Amino acid sequence: MRLFGVPAFLLPGPSAIAGAFWESRDLLLRHTGPTAGEAVLGFLVAVIAGALSGLLINRSALAERSLYPWLVVSQTLPTVAIAPILVTWLGYGQVPKVLVVTLFCFFPVTVATVDGLRATDPDLVRLMRSFGAARWRIFFMVEAPGALPFVFGGVRLAVTYCVIGAVVGEWVGSSEGLGFLMIQDKAQFEIPRLFAEISLLSVMGVSLFLLVALLQRLAAPWTLVRDR
Amino acid sequence: MQGAPRADIRPKLAAHGVSVTKGSVRILDSVNLVVELGTFVALIGPSGAGKSTLLGLLAGLETPDEGMVEKDGVTLTCPGLVAYMPQSDLLLPWRSVVANVSLGLEATGAPRRAARKEALAALERFGLEEFAPVPPAALSGGMRSRVALLRTALLGRDTLLLDEPFGALDALTRRDLQGWLLGVRDELAATIVLVTHDVDEALLLADRVVVLSRRPARVALDLPVDLERPRTMEIETTDEFVRLKGRLLESLGVATP
Repeated sequence: MRLFGVPAFLLPGPSAIAGAFWESRDLLLRHTGPTAGEAVLGFLVAVIAGALSGLLINRSALAERSLYPWLVVSQTLPTVAIAPILVTWLGYGQVPKVLVVTLFCFFPVTVATVDGLRATDPDLVRLMRSFGAARWRIFFMVEAPGALPFVFGGVRLAVTYCVIGAVVGEWVGSSEGLGFLMIQDKAQFEIPRLFAEISLLSVMGVSLFLLVALLQRLAAPWTLVRDR
Repeated sequence: MQGAPRADIRPKLAAHGVSVTKGSVRILDSVNLVVELGTFVALIGPSGAGKSTLLGLLAGLETPDEGMVEKDGVTLTCPGLVAYMPQSDLLLPWRSVVANVSLGLEATGAPRRAARKEALAALERFGLEEFAPVPPAALSGGMRSRVALLRTALLGRDTLLLDEPFGALDALTRRDLQGWLLGVRDELAATIVLVTHDVDEALLLADRVVVLSRRPARVALDLPVDLERPRTMEIETTDEFVRLKGRLLESLGVATP
């Protein structure tokens, strides 16, 4: 990087970033916790909200007509712009950040759930009916597990957004978290530490993604093998 | 006397003048079919004639626009009273073979542990216990059909409706499974309705062959098959077999030599 004559204070080298990390490790790790908490909590809420809204849209034509368009609209609004409103309404605590994360994450889960349930083989439902199975048993034994490969696709997409969501939430107004630190460091021109924070966020995002992938492997291994 | 109920034998399953219209297409046109207790009836007809539709009615999965279906003399209004096996095996990839076999039992509320135990016993009875823990993706086509057939049979219902269960299999595997089906039938003492497009299969397995006409389907021929049992493949060379086959092909509108 030195080759291109970029000054070190704008683009610090890896050693400088590592150095900044080591020097401020206590500070950084202390602020990692809240960010990770917001990201994970918001993500979990998003998965539940996404799955439930997807289920509702799949089950009810009324919900599909009334709810689905509004969910799409909610995604076209920049979440970055909604975040300040949420902070104004809900204060500087954890709740608005979790909500911002949820807004970032739920939509892929909704869409995946809708598509996954829609992809159920009608012959399979017929077979279950021929057994004399109750409606709820058909759902839990056939439709829900059949939708899981799709749902996991949406969840894997969603988990990559959750860290971004948490940082955006913190930028708007917070007193802790890596997003809060980033704002401070930018103002104080602590560029190497800023990069250390970005690296930490990236590690967090990748770890969460791998965790979801591991969960999928454990909970639904058939979604990863090619059938037929 | 085609399709007419006979007073001396109790009908297990009967369709009385059933008609089905989908959109503007009349699929079944007042079809009568009486299946006596313990008999094996094969249902053949041109493709698209409505064989599967009729089977769906007999299974209680659909209701006819006109006419009615009776099981044991009672009008059939809901599914779950007869065992039904669709064209494709529909094995669930997230369930092992034994769990697929027990699916029907679990779907009707049987406790999982008991259902699995029963499924395993059924697999053992047919020498398939080594496949019990594997996922269905690891099975061959013939094996998948066996598992699907066991899943149907395990329901223990006295009537089996099979919709071209061996349609997708190669000739040899098919032969194998036809023999297997007769074994299952003997074990269950079940009444069977088999939809097929294979005249040889119908004659080899059934006590009676019912031919449906082109759409809108009516019963074109109701042919008793008085060939001795047990039937082996050699029976296909006998004069009687050839004569019956000729009659079936004729009523199907296929030119005979």
